[in-house]
Amino acid sequence: MNRADDIFAALVEAHRGLDEAESRRLDARLILLLANEVGDGERVLALVREACADTVEVENAGSVQSTGAPKKGDGG
Amino acid sequence: MQAALKPGRANPVYPFRAPADLDGRERHYPVCVVGAGPVGLAAAIDLKLRGVDVLLVDEDDTVSTGSRLICLAKRTLEILARLGIGPELAAKGVVWNRGKVFHGDELVYAFDLLPEEGHRWPAFINIQQYYVEEYLVDRARSLGLNLRWKTRLTGTEDLGDGARVRVSTPEGGYSFTCDWLLACDGVRSTVRDGLGLPFRGRSFPDRFLIADVRMKSEFPAERRFWFDPPFHAGRSALLHKQPDDIWRIDLQLGPDADPEEETKLEKVVPRIRAMVGDETPFDVEWVSIYTFRCRRLERFRHGRIFFLGDAAHQVSPFGARGGNGGIQDADNLAWKLADTIAGRAGPALLDSYEAERIPAADENVLNSARSTDFMTPVGAAAQALRDAALSLARRHAFARRFVNSGRLSTPALLVDSPLSTPDEAGCADFGGPMQPGAAAMDAPLEDGWWLDRLDGGFAVLHFPGRGGNAPAHPEGIAMHCAGSDGLLAARYEGRPGTTWLFRPDQHVAARWRRFDAARIGAAVDRARGRP
Repeated sequence: MNRADDIFAALVEAHRGLDEAESRRLDARLILLLANEVGDGERVLALVREACADTVEVENAGSVQSTGAPKKGDGG
Repeated sequence: MQAALKPGRANPVYPFRAPADLDGRERHYPVCVVGAGPVGLAAAIDLKLRGVDVLLVDEDDTVSTGSRLICLAKRTLEILARLGIGPELAAKGVVWNRGKVFHGDELVYAFDLLPEEGHRWPAFINIQQYYVEEYLVDRARSLGLNLRWKTRLTGTEDLGDGARVRVSTPEGGYSFTCDWLLACDGVRSTVRDGLGLPFRGRSFPDRFLIADVRMKSEFPAERRFWFDPPFHAGRSALLHKQPDDIWRIDLQLGPDADPEEETKLEKVVPRIRAMVGDETPFDVEWVSIYTFRCRRLERFRHGRIFFLGDAAHQVSPFGARGGNGGIQDADNLAWKLADTIAGRAGPALLDSYEAERIPAADENVLNSARSTDFMTPVGAAAQALRDAALSLARRHAFARRFVNSGRLSTPALLVDSPLSTPDEAGCADFGGPMQPGAAAMDAPLEDGWWLDRLDGGFAVLHFPGRGGNAPAHPEGIAMHCAGSDGLLAARYEGRPGTTWLFRPDQHVAARWRRFDAARIGAAVDRARGRP
């Protein structure tokens, strides 16, 4: 991947002046566009898992009492 | 002024007749079906057509109030046609193959559910549940089926080799025993509750208004779904055409709607007025408020007691997977039970009801839950993803695939069914959608339709090729030979030698590239659960 600094700056810039909800919608549109660019559904699903794993890692590292991986599921 | 519902036609009333059982002597019946809704009626008729003596009991004495199940999918139509009510459905139902999805007042996309010719039945017809039940009751009566109205089940006892059932009637209660009990008594199944079986799953917080509205309208016969329409801002709406100038309207009301308040016509009429415009006069025939649940029983069979339809599994209505799934349950179980009672089956045959229908129910639960999640996103992130899919879909074709207004019912593919014979070497060139476990695809013949030939028993379809003769085949198996031209050959990849075996429920049991009577016999044994 080239132009990493440009990409990062453009992403931050894209959110400037947006409120929380607008920012979320922008991110969501971008995620769906990128998923389409990746194309392979299996790969996209693997990336979703990768993103979740990263969350667990960071959160567990920062907490004294780890309760393990967050329960994925249907929310009740 | 208190506005009033304007009911349309009067439902038929089926009189209670006091059965001899009221004399207090306990009788025995081979099969009892509880619940004369579409699923119970279909199961009872199918069994009766297969020579089984059935008793069907129902707590009411009429058909359903309100249209309820309205979308009969192609596979359901094929099953009901086999049961004998095809002409009535074709004459009354509203045919549709197209759906349109709107966001605001803009068309996001349109879809055609049956893009190819050469099928007797369309992707869907819409018809009120009360008509489906009425046609089935008429059919049941013409077959001499033992149907008892006003007979409410009050107790079920699992006897291991059968069940004891207690009922109450206007002239008192009685009990009887049966070898097999089929619970088709709906979402509030008395049989299920009586046995204390948990019915677990998800519930969705949003409330939906469902109404039958009578009006003359120019809307076409297609499924229309709106996200955030101008007439119902911030929520979703669904419109379906039914026979008799009745329209089904579903409106999402949100989680905080008061069900009692929202069913008052003073509240309902302005919502519909906003949708249909000021010029169109209408009457409201039926209105109801729902929350949706997606859940199922852990097991669909408990000894000699079987659960079918909503008694076994409940889904949200988006995708028309409730009634259509339930009819497929009946289609799946009836021949298996009939073959078992007739002594033609091994013990594995009845076990396969769960092996085949639990995955099908899970698929329906999954799809309808996902549709409901898309329509009623919970939390800011889910809302943002949903809105992103909708806004991208206007300009990007790929994003339309995320937009979920209901994934419409398709016939269950019985993957990994223990009844299917796996392909042997030499079958690697089969590439079409027909495969072991699939429901047979229809095709036009010179004098009718292919599926009408699959009318209740095991059947073989063979393509002998030019100059080939019909080979000797196992006794008791219907044999159909076809030429290698035409849609039947195209859909069944019928190069010379090709041979298909169908089950009594029209699902594919096996296929070969050559004819071998011994292999056919072995596949029939396997499909009958015989070791």
